Amino acid sequence: MGMHVTRRSALALGAGAAVLVGAALRSGGAEAAAEDTAKAISDLAGGKEPQAGRITLTAPEIAENGNTVPISVSVDGDLAAPDAVETVTIFAEGNPNPGVVSFHFTPLSGSAEASTRMRLAKTQNVIAVAKMRDGSVYMDKKEVKVTIGGCGG
Amino acid sequence: MKGQLGMAGLGLAALLSMGSAASAQDADKLVINGDLEMTTRAPAPEGLPFEEVISGWHFREDETQALETDDFDNPGMLMVERGQDLWNEVQGAAGKSCASCHGEAAESMKGVGAKTPFWSAEAKRPVNLELQINQCRTERMQAEPYKFDDPDQIAMVSFVRFQSRGMPVKLDLDQGDMKAWWERGKELYYTRFGQLDFSCASCHEQNAGKYLRADYLSQGQINGFPTYRLKDATLISTHNRFKGCVRDTRAEPFQPLSDEFMALEVYVAWRGTGLAVETPAVRH
Amino acid sequence: MAANVKPRVRVPKTASKDEVIVIKTLINHEMETGLRKDKDGKIIPRQIINKFTAEFNGQKVFEADLEPAISANPYFEFSVKVPESGTMKFTWVDDNGSSYTEEQKIEVQ
Repeated sequence: MGMHVTRRSALALGAGAAVLVGAALRSGGAEAAAEDTAKAISDLAGGKEPQAGRITLTAPEIAENGNTVPISVSVDGDLAAPDAVETVTIFAEGNPNPGVVSFHFTPLSGSAEASTRMRLAKTQNVIAVAKMRDGSVYMDKKEVKVTIGGCGG
Repeated sequence: MKGQLGMAGLGLAALLSMGSAASAQDADKLVINGDLEMTTRAPAPEGLPFEEVISGWHFREDETQALETDDFDNPGMLMVERGQDLWNEVQGAAGKSCASCHGEAAESMKGVGAKTPFWSAEAKRPVNLELQINQCRTERMQAEPYKFDDPDQIAMVSFVRFQSRGMPVKLDLDQGDMKAWWERGKELYYTRFGQLDFSCASCHEQNAGKYLRADYLSQGQINGFPTYRLKDATLISTHNRFKGCVRDTRAEPFQPLSDEFMALEVYVAWRGTGLAVETPAVRH
Repeated sequence: MAANVKPRVRVPKTASKDEVIVIKTLINHEMETGLRKDKDGKIIPRQIINKFTAEFNGQKVFEADLEPAISANPYFEFSVKVPESGTMKFTWVDDNGSSYTEEQKIEVQ
């Protein structure tokens, strides 16, 4: 993971600051990854603009360690309906590669909810995109701040 | 507070900031699997400047805390289960497993992890689980001793200590020369080391509950070790953590299982008297 | 690592007909990203669990395609609507070609 970069960057910060290190740590690579993410979402959406609503992404505001960040997604609607969710894809736009996981739901899933644990290289946006059987696309986004430990241990 | 910071030395004062209410050690209760209530705060043993000793669990964010409340969610349990398998596995020239002598660990090992380190009359020194298990391996099983931090060693130590989960830490300092080792450990605890000139106490006594950069300093209790650290995505042994701490003061650490670290383990374990054994705890 | 891979699942043993129940799964795996280097500066090759599937009586319930950004010891929580008594089957597919499976019965009462 990108701990080396972040630790060094933290040393460069003013001492004594309440160091929830956020945007200050963005490097040039992050923008490229954000572009990759935008392109991946556009590919997934077949060029459509994802709408807000129907999907909820839950992620911690602050992750104590980027190695294990719990996230969950939940999508509204009857899984047997023509506009039921088919796939939810998670992206992390500040990671070396933006893809994280795709969940595929079926009517047997009972409810379109799933949780997992993911890696975040640094503070960034996590994005969840739901693709429905009727082709419509919904999106939710959360910023997760990854803190920089004082003690590498 | 300013006076305290001054005493902690300039280097540390520069790195520290005050704890914010948002993530101060919280009032949550640690209950595992819905029914195992854990003592995570206890009256401090006489001689400590704290009113109470507090498990590191209270110093973590909710998401990290939650991982310890259910054995299925706790990834440290994977290693404990591996320890269970190893317990029953015959190894060495004597053709024995741990179970050959000790039977069911749930009975024979119950309480052992709560009084660790303990005095060994044979070795004439305090031993922890790593040393005791290796003694069993070489002398009773005629097997190779585990190399320090071999994954099998961590699994076995965690499995044995897990049998005491929920029991309060209580060392027997009346045995052998335990008091002398405790004194030596105490001396080490308050000795400043490294380019940063920190003692254990600089962080974990004088500044527990404050931030060291973004890290919220705990009391440095070891009641949950081996502990699953999210950073390493595996269980970390007590002496490995000691090594990491000393290295972070920019000093040359003592060797794992050295007399120095054994003395320190005796003293630091005592500082957690009354806290429930949490092995395998989950920390960041 | 691969030799010791051991899946764990938590599935309720009983359910009422058409009840939606929650399932948790965990498997010990390092999820090597392919981005790290060893001591000699050589890239450690990627080795992850790349697919997870849950089926009930042979029908797909839930599936996940994993990338290296999933944490070590991959964990999933999801649900299944149980139409009848039967068997849940879980499969994890490793980059090295191995797959690991686990099964558990659910009885509809």
